[in-house]
Amino acid sequence: MTGALLAVPAIGFSAIFAVLRYPSFAIAGWVTLGAFAGWIANTKLGLPSYALLPVAFLAAGLIGGLVEDRSLRLLRPAGALTVAIGSIGLNIVIENIIRFFAGNDLRGFNLPLLPDWRFAGIRVGPQQVENLVMAAAIMVAVFLFLKFSRFGRGMRAVADNPDLARLKGIDPKTISFVALFLGCGLAGVGGVLIGLDTSIDPLTGYRVLLSVFAAAVLGGLGSIPGAVAGALALGIAEELALLVAPPTYRTGVGFVAILLMLTFRPRGLLGERAL
Amino acid sequence: MLSYLIFALTIGGIYALLALSLNLVWGSAGMVNLGLAGFFGVGAYASAIATGAGAPVVFGWGVAALAGVAVGLLVTFATLRLRDDYLAIVTLGFAEMVRLVALNERWLTKGADGISGIAAPMKAELGTSGFNLFYLAIVSAIVLGVWWMLTRLDASPYGRTLKSIREDQELARFAGKPVLRFKYEAFALSAAIAALAGALYAHFQSYFSPDHIQPLITIYIFLGLTAGGVGRPAGAVAGGYAVLLFIEATRFAADVMPGLQAVQVAAFREILIGAALLIVLHLKPKGFLPETMPKAPKP
Repeated sequence: MTGALLAVPAIGFSAIFAVLRYPSFAIAGWVTLGAFAGWIANTKLGLPSYALLPVAFLAAGLIGGLVEDRSLRLLRPAGALTVAIGSIGLNIVIENIIRFFAGNDLRGFNLPLLPDWRFAGIRVGPQQVENLVMAAAIMVAVFLFLKFSRFGRGMRAVADNPDLARLKGIDPKTISFVALFLGCGLAGVGGVLIGLDTSIDPLTGYRVLLSVFAAAVLGGLGSIPGAVAGALALGIAEELALLVAPPTYRTGVGFVAILLMLTFRPRGLLGERAL
Repeated sequence: MLSYLIFALTIGGIYALLALSLNLVWGSAGMVNLGLAGFFGVGAYASAIATGAGAPVVFGWGVAALAGVAVGLLVTFATLRLRDDYLAIVTLGFAEMVRLVALNERWLTKGADGISGIAAPMKAELGTSGFNLFYLAIVSAIVLGVWWMLTRLDASPYGRTLKSIREDQELARFAGKPVLRFKYEAFALSAAIAALAGALYAHFQSYFSPDHIQPLITIYIFLGLTAGGVGRPAGAVAGGYAVLLFIEATRFAADVMPGLQAVQVAAFREILIGAALLIVLHLKPKGFLPETMPKAPKP
């Protein structure tokens, strides 16, 4: 359940990593930005939940793509680590711009109250089912995009072999921007899905950052099917961990999962080599 | 004003120690550590618990350094063969784990309440202002000592080996250097320094809680070290004090703008800090006191 929601920002993180080769910490900021964009569209404009996803995607994708591209582009020659540290600085800036205008209060989306459905003694909230269906639909859309569209094929080519892709006439600048647009946009959609499930505040993104990393590492950094597999595995692991540890340790599950995975299978479930 | 200055210089010294710690592991050995706040927290808790059980303060500091070494070895063991980007993710997770443990293991750390009444050495004898001055002297002496030690280390064959590992660990291994041992030692020593900084902080404030283990501290230190000069202990010390100066300056900058709520002031200050990190990375990636590479001797 949480795994499916987590998969969306995890795909975004992996898309950026696959093409640009750095772990973007700013993804947390874009999750929060998307969540707030969706919240405004929902509470001020009265849009229903499914219509919030394109709003969040475009807001986080356009702002995130442009800002992250412009602010970190010049750091890329200095190496992945420098860009990653720059993205930490960028994340602080985004998070606090949101905090500056929105304050630290928790905000909930304006959703119709529906009674839970019951199947054989299990209670299921209609909103949770809707979130799950939306997350699944987004994942299908991303796979279709990567598989069949020009930009999607370009992204996969650059991820696979940047030099060869350039030789074939694929413009690395365009593809970098497309990857950032897609990655930040998906992060924003993830923010809305998380917000629909619980509530939002300026730390919404930072709180899931470690889980997003964990999902991406579990599946193999840079692998998009891996990010989905990793997120689902992490979601199950978090539920199973409740059997042995108190729920307050929930965010720690991701860390333990990363360590175990890196010790025994460093390239992740479906990914490349880590060493 | 004077007491404010003394307070600021003491905290600046603690930041300088953290920057020296980061410089050793990142600047010299080339291993990134985003979990600095975690080691800081481990040291603070180790010393607070040890002195809380009746040990003298200096002994508590020793315990903190040892705890840092132990945890540092553990983290190195878990991450040793990882690439940079994985190391960044894992060490960030480590700091979060320390915070979670501190928050949840109430029997050891008193949970979210934090440990209060941590022994302040000689405070009863010296009075508050005398204690602050005395503590500033201790912290400054430790900064000076660690700086001198790390400068010597940098100039020694040992330090050169660390830097060769940073540049190309395969080559270092080929030259017969035990790369793994160097990495363990550098990380452990660095963790010990960060833990000592945490212990110094805890005894200065007499209070420590999981809220002090913020990722923001790690970012302050990255900002300070990058601005000061990665790979040079003098740059780390200068950067540690400079970042404190900058943080305090943002406090005054926020005062100038009227009509802001407290949360907006805090947000505004953090925006400045994040932006400063980006600007330094763009304009002065080697820092204001860049690392000096001695030329190879002529054969």
